[in-house]
Amino acid sequence: MYYIDLAVTGISFGCMYAMMSVGLTLVYGLLRILHVAHAAVFALGAYVTVLVANATGSILSGFVVAVIATALFGMAIYRLLYEPLLKYRPDVPLIASVGLLVLMQDAFRIVFGEQGITFQRNAFAFTTFNFAGVTVSAVQIAIVITAAVVFTGLHLFTTRTRIGIGWRATVSRPQIAASFGIDPIKVRYLNFAVGSALAAVAGGLVAEMNNLVDPGIGFVVSYKALAIIVLGGLGSVRGTLIASLVLGLVEAYGTIFIGAWLDRDAIAFLALIVLLMIRPQGFTGARTA
Amino acid sequence: MSAYEISIVSIIGINVILAVSLNMISGFCGQISLGHGAFFGAGAYAAALTMTGHGGVPLAIAAALVAGSLLGVIVGFASLRVRSDFLAVTTIGVNFLFVGFVRKQAWLGGEMGISGIPATGLGAAGNMTMILLFAAATIALSLYISRSWMGFAFRAVGEDEAAAATLGIPSGAYKLAAFGIGTALAGLAGGLYTFFTQFITVDAFDFIFSVMLMAMVVIGGIGSTWGVVVAAAGLTLLPEAIRFVNEYRLLVFGGLLVLVIRLAPGGLAAMMQSLFLAAPRR
Repeated sequence: MYYIDLAVTGISFGCMYAMMSVGLTLVYGLLRILHVAHAAVFALGAYVTVLVANATGSILSGFVVAVIATALFGMAIYRLLYEPLLKYRPDVPLIASVGLLVLMQDAFRIVFGEQGITFQRNAFAFTTFNFAGVTVSAVQIAIVITAAVVFTGLHLFTTRTRIGIGWRATVSRPQIAASFGIDPIKVRYLNFAVGSALAAVAGGLVAEMNNLVDPGIGFVVSYKALAIIVLGGLGSVRGTLIASLVLGLVEAYGTIFIGAWLDRDAIAFLALIVLLMIRPQGFTGARTA
Repeated sequence: MSAYEISIVSIIGINVILAVSLNMISGFCGQISLGHGAFFGAGAYAAALTMTGHGGVPLAIAAALVAGSLLGVIVGFASLRVRSDFLAVTTIGVNFLFVGFVRKQAWLGGEMGISGIPATGLGAAGNMTMILLFAAATIALSLYISRSWMGFAFRAVGEDEAAAATLGIPSGAYKLAAFGIGTALAGLAGGLYTFFTQFITVDAFDFIFSVMLMAMVVIGGIGSTWGVVVAAAGLTLLPEAIRFVNEYRLLVFGGLLVLVIRLAPGGLAAMMQSLFLAAPRR
């Protein structure tokens, strides 16, 4: 049963990683920028969720406000930070992005305190169900269901709606898409809005799970998400989903097999480095990194 | 000098060595490394193990240099495979891997680090003098390399690898050389840090510290030895001089990093240059 428990942990973490990383892979696919500060957006989402949930007494409204706030914030990052830096080599926006992450993390610490903040009422966090000896928490179920809904929605949006198809067209052939009348700048804003909103949902769910938001919430996840999008083949949403689930499971089982000589959080980086050395273009991508 | 002043000057010396050595890799040769803390740490641990094993100061310094550059050349080989932002990500990974590995190693003290490292026997002022001498030597080496054929080749590789190749510059060899030299100096700084504190934990060599070093290089003006020296000294002093900055250190460093990249990508060096070049002519 222990192994099945680990599988449950792994899958729920994998779904969380997926919602977190998909924004990163979308930004990379469109702009070729490694948007590390996405983790700060994730943390912002978590903070807003808790703050609004505590103020209104409704966790759902917390998520709604967080999604709107982070979508706006993500678009502001694009407009104010990345757009003027697109003319430089790709490591310049990367360093700026790291700077922004460090800055925001410290800002969260200063404003909300080192200890972080918790939900006043969070009945969800401690509810568990027992399926034939396997313990599953309500939050884990919520994470998996949310991820399934979100990714189905994203899939339908990008395949069935005009805007979604225009988005995909811009990612794969920007010039041709533009000549068909799709405004590439609007697509960029859309991209940042959707990616940031997904990160906010993931952030809110992690806050639920831990019943806590502290300044370090986005920190390790952010670099792990970099590993995930590289493993997933850079810009590929499907690859990112698979890599997220695989990493969640490998981490869950890895803690018992290699936890003695390597930190759990370092596993993703080991995988990242090995993959980059063997296949610099990722599992599926064709671009030379 | 008071004990406090001695410790500040020592830290400035160590940070100058680190920032100048990072500038050789990222500034001269254009290979962005966000994992310089790992090489610093490798040197610190090598020196700590040598000192606790009663190897003596010269051997500890040699061990620190070798440990830093050994790890550095390995990462240098990575720079032959991946470029630009992906090299940067690889070095971030190396930094996390280094910390994650050391944390779990009993023989490296694990989470608790290594304490009770024997003193060098030079005293605090003697240590400071040694650190400053090494810092001066590092600056001199950096200035020399910058003017040498090697510096020219570094810049050629950094600006356009394909164009450098058509000039017959073996870019791989120069990238390895940049990593080898830069990380050996980072290892040296690690050894000096060990002499200075006599107590090390892996948290001192984490990714955030690497970002601080990159902030020093970018703010000073990437590629400019003197700009980087000024920024390293200034950014080390700033939290000491202003209490507000000390409490909000990461906020200030991160903010400066973003502002400089966004508004003045050339850093202090470019600002000074435009000031002095623009003034006399008009």
